Amino acid sequence: MIDILLSLLILTGAIFTFIGSLGLARLRDFYTRLHGPTKATTLGVGCLLIASALFFSVRDEGVSLHEVLVTLFLFITAPVSAHLLAKAALHLKLRSLTPTLKEGDDTPAHL
Amino acid sequence: MLSIVIPIAFALVSLAFLLSFWRLLKGPDAPDRILALDTLYVNTIALLVLLGIHLGSALYFEAALLIAMMGFVGTVALCKYLLRGDIIE
Amino acid sequence: MRRLLPHPLLTVSLAILWLLLVNQLSAGHVVLGALLGWLIPFATSPFWPEQIRIRHPLALMHYLGIFVIDIVRGSFLVAWLILRGPARLRPAFVQVPLVLRTDLAISLLANTISLTPGTVSAHLAADKRTLIVHTIDTGDAEALVAEIKQRYEAPLKKIFEEED
Repeated sequence: MIDILLSLLILTGAIFTFIGSLGLARLRDFYTRLHGPTKATTLGVGCLLIASALFFSVRDEGVSLHEVLVTLFLFITAPVSAHLLAKAALHLKLRSLTPTLKEGDDTPAHL
Repeated sequence: MLSIVIPIAFALVSLAFLLSFWRLLKGPDAPDRILALDTLYVNTIALLVLLGIHLGSALYFEAALLIAMMGFVGTVALCKYLLRGDIIE
Repeated sequence: MRRLLPHPLLTVSLAILWLLLVNQLSAGHVVLGALLGWLIPFATSPFWPEQIRIRHPLALMHYLGIFVIDIVRGSFLVAWLILRGPARLRPAFVQVPLVLRTDLAISLLANTISLTPGTVSAHLAADKRTLIVHTIDTGDAEALVAEIKQRYEAPLKKIFEEED
């Protein structure tokens, strides 16, 4: 039973990690590429870490929760890195597929 | 069950690693490369966690925690550099 | 009380973090964790000028529930969009006017936006009144802004900023 749950978690985690990087390689402009690693990869590694916590808790017959620390850390830092990267990209005025912000809007030139 | 799933997971995460590495080499701009580097850090954590489960050793956790922290600090410092042309003001 | 224990919430979270880090629950480590949780906020209190007050703990729990569900939903959505291919994406920048005023609430909103379906917060205007958000696939920008405001901003306003 626990084996099946573990396998499911590991497989889901690996698939999401893979899809996150696939998005990074496949999508066409920086801003859309940002979405894959921020969401899919973070959830994928989260799943793997939960699987690891479960694995060691079952094997050592004691609660092993320190994986939660890495999970929490990743979920807190991923949006911060994404925000900073997007801000840097806007600052450098990277080419994007999106209709960019209109003139007179608060363009990030004066960061 | 686990002995089948873990090699598959290793293969998927390694592929993810290669894809991120391809983006790191290709660019085209600095933020793309930083994003690829950041993703590489997270992929490394995934590999380490898998290795920990595979070898049944909890030691790899410390390495994963360190990489998570160093990766975040590195990404923030590089972004700061792009934004201001300077890291410590 | 205020001077001896400047940030009770920080103290509790630091103690829990310590116990997680050593990965065991023994009396000695509980005491050591509590000691660290008291010492660290005490030594660094000049860096924490703001008092964090949670006015509605129940609303916070509800918000965390929505947050977790939306992280999973968001990852599935992004995964599906990536697999479907880049040709049919409709990315856009939208501007979200903010009613939140405190730094903590704004940063929580920005983080939530980055982790939930199809959106990444990209830039906060210098006057802290607008948040520029990049969305990977949208048909209706106004509906998206309305959803962000109603689903995430209103609860955060209630939890951290509402007057008693």
